[in-house]
Amino acid sequence: MPDRREELEKAGRREIEKLQLDRLRSSLGRAARSPFYRELFASNSFRPGDLVSLSDLGRLPFTVKQDLRDSYPDRMLACPPREVVRMHSSSGTTGTATVVYHTAGDIDRWTGLVVRCLVMAGATADDVFQNMMGYGFFTGGLGLHYGAERLGMMVIPAGGGNTHRQIELFRDFGTTVIHVTPSYALHVSDVFREMGLGPEDFKIKKIIFGAEPYSEGTRSKLEEAYRAQAFNCYGLSEMNGPGVAFECRRSEGMHVWEDSYIVEIIDPASGEALPAGETGEVVFTTLTREAMPLIRYRTRDLAKIYPETACPCGRNFTRISRITGRSDDMLIVKGINLFPSQIEHVLMKTPGVGTNYLIVLDRFENLDRLTVRVEIAPGAFHGDAEEMRRLQALIKHSLREEIMVQAEVELLEPGALPPSQGKAKRVLDKRDV
Amino acid sequence: MPHQISVFVENKPGKLDRVTGIIAAAGINIRSVTISDSGGFGVVKLVVDKPAAAGRVLREKGLAAAEQEVVAVRIPDRPGSLHRVLELLARHSVNIRDASGFVVDRGEEAVVIVQVDDPAAVSTLLKREGIELISDRDLYFL
Repeated sequence: MPDRREELEKAGRREIEKLQLDRLRSSLGRAARSPFYRELFASNSFRPGDLVSLSDLGRLPFTVKQDLRDSYPDRMLACPPREVVRMHSSSGTTGTATVVYHTAGDIDRWTGLVVRCLVMAGATADDVFQNMMGYGFFTGGLGLHYGAERLGMMVIPAGGGNTHRQIELFRDFGTTVIHVTPSYALHVSDVFREMGLGPEDFKIKKIIFGAEPYSEGTRSKLEEAYRAQAFNCYGLSEMNGPGVAFECRRSEGMHVWEDSYIVEIIDPASGEALPAGETGEVVFTTLTREAMPLIRYRTRDLAKIYPETACPCGRNFTRISRITGRSDDMLIVKGINLFPSQIEHVLMKTPGVGTNYLIVLDRFENLDRLTVRVEIAPGAFHGDAEEMRRLQALIKHSLREEIMVQAEVELLEPGALPPSQGKAKRVLDKRDV
Repeated sequence: MPHQISVFVENKPGKLDRVTGIIAAAGINIRSVTISDSGGFGVVKLVVDKPAAAGRVLREKGLAAAEQEVVAVRIPDRPGSLHRVLELLARHSVNIRDASGFVVDRGEEAVVIVQVDDPAAVSTLLKREGIELISDRDLYFL
């Protein structure tokens, strides 16, 4: 439905807000079918029908990640189970996963949003799209895959890793658009340079970056390394995945698809709304999702809204800045979200591990490197190096199981790390991407 | 049975001399030392004149130290005498986890210390084969 899409994209603010209000009413009505929101509305004496203006949304409390964990597996499901066609899940800090459900309609609309993003980047059916993001529970791979296919591009579902093969695919199939994390893109460019190749050997014209924050400096470096234009893509699995907001060719902020999401920026401490231009926590409300509507969901991502809405690209959708940080301690390592508490959980259940540890993040050959430096317990050593190597291997293995990221493990003498005074500093992030 | 002290140390400047510093301050004499590196960390093994005291002071200072039983033998300081011991152990399929040695009297006698899984059985074996075992007391006061 290209006509409908173009019409929507040219919509003025008033039109957008009218559509939002209509959709918010029905979204709240749908949400009320889930046990979680039914109870939440009741305890706040809120009836979806009471909603008169968009600002009434502020009467409802925020939904937070913990609510998703507490609702595991299906207390947020708002449709009959037989209508669900897919679920995506992420593991939580304490092992309680969060789940997001999709109906066929949800997948269809999500795909539609991704198509819009790709069109905004100038991609067409003539393009060859190499999807270098992970498939599976991680929404980055599947989300873009569906959109790229619907647009008619030839999709190469390469997934992440296997760098030499990726470069071979660039060449053999004339890849023109890639979807990749900035850190992996840096690594791939290092490898093709080592192979004596340069951007002139490829046809890549556009790069879609997602899944991790990076700097403007790195963007310029990557645009030069690939001689291609970069586009930032924002999303999170709670809001489907990639394609919540996307950059137009102006390269200044990402347009939020406000016909599908309401965006708010709040002060993470007080929860009060912040005016445009001020950086705060991004909060989203889904407007069209059937299987699992989320109301005022706190993303913990920090960004700001650009005050001026009319964009030279012709769109009036609100633009948000790149993500500048987190309001919690979540780390993004190789595109994977993880919390220090997950690492602590693994360490503290491993016999032989002391009480003090430090998580060090740096970059090695342009890839994220995660090192866990951990003190051994005073009684853990019985005289042999072999025993320590086994402990090291055990920690490494358990971490991999828990956080899905390969970590280096350094064993330290008991008391090697400075004793914690008050809140211990557990993370040393030396990355500069 | 003689003991050696085994200490877990990070493979970093200043870590090893902390161990020897603690030993020195306690007035303990080191007979031999071996250091093995295992990628990021190392294990220091010491034969000292007061193993129990050494283990205690190191642990008091927060280090991960453990006493281990070892087998110590006296051999002539001559070509082939170490080989004789090792060949004997190999013939009996004894796996040597670690070994060190030092000369006591040049041209006269040397000491070999081996760490094995079953020190008591290995001691019996060596004794039977006519190898001279050294008691802990003799070892520490050589």
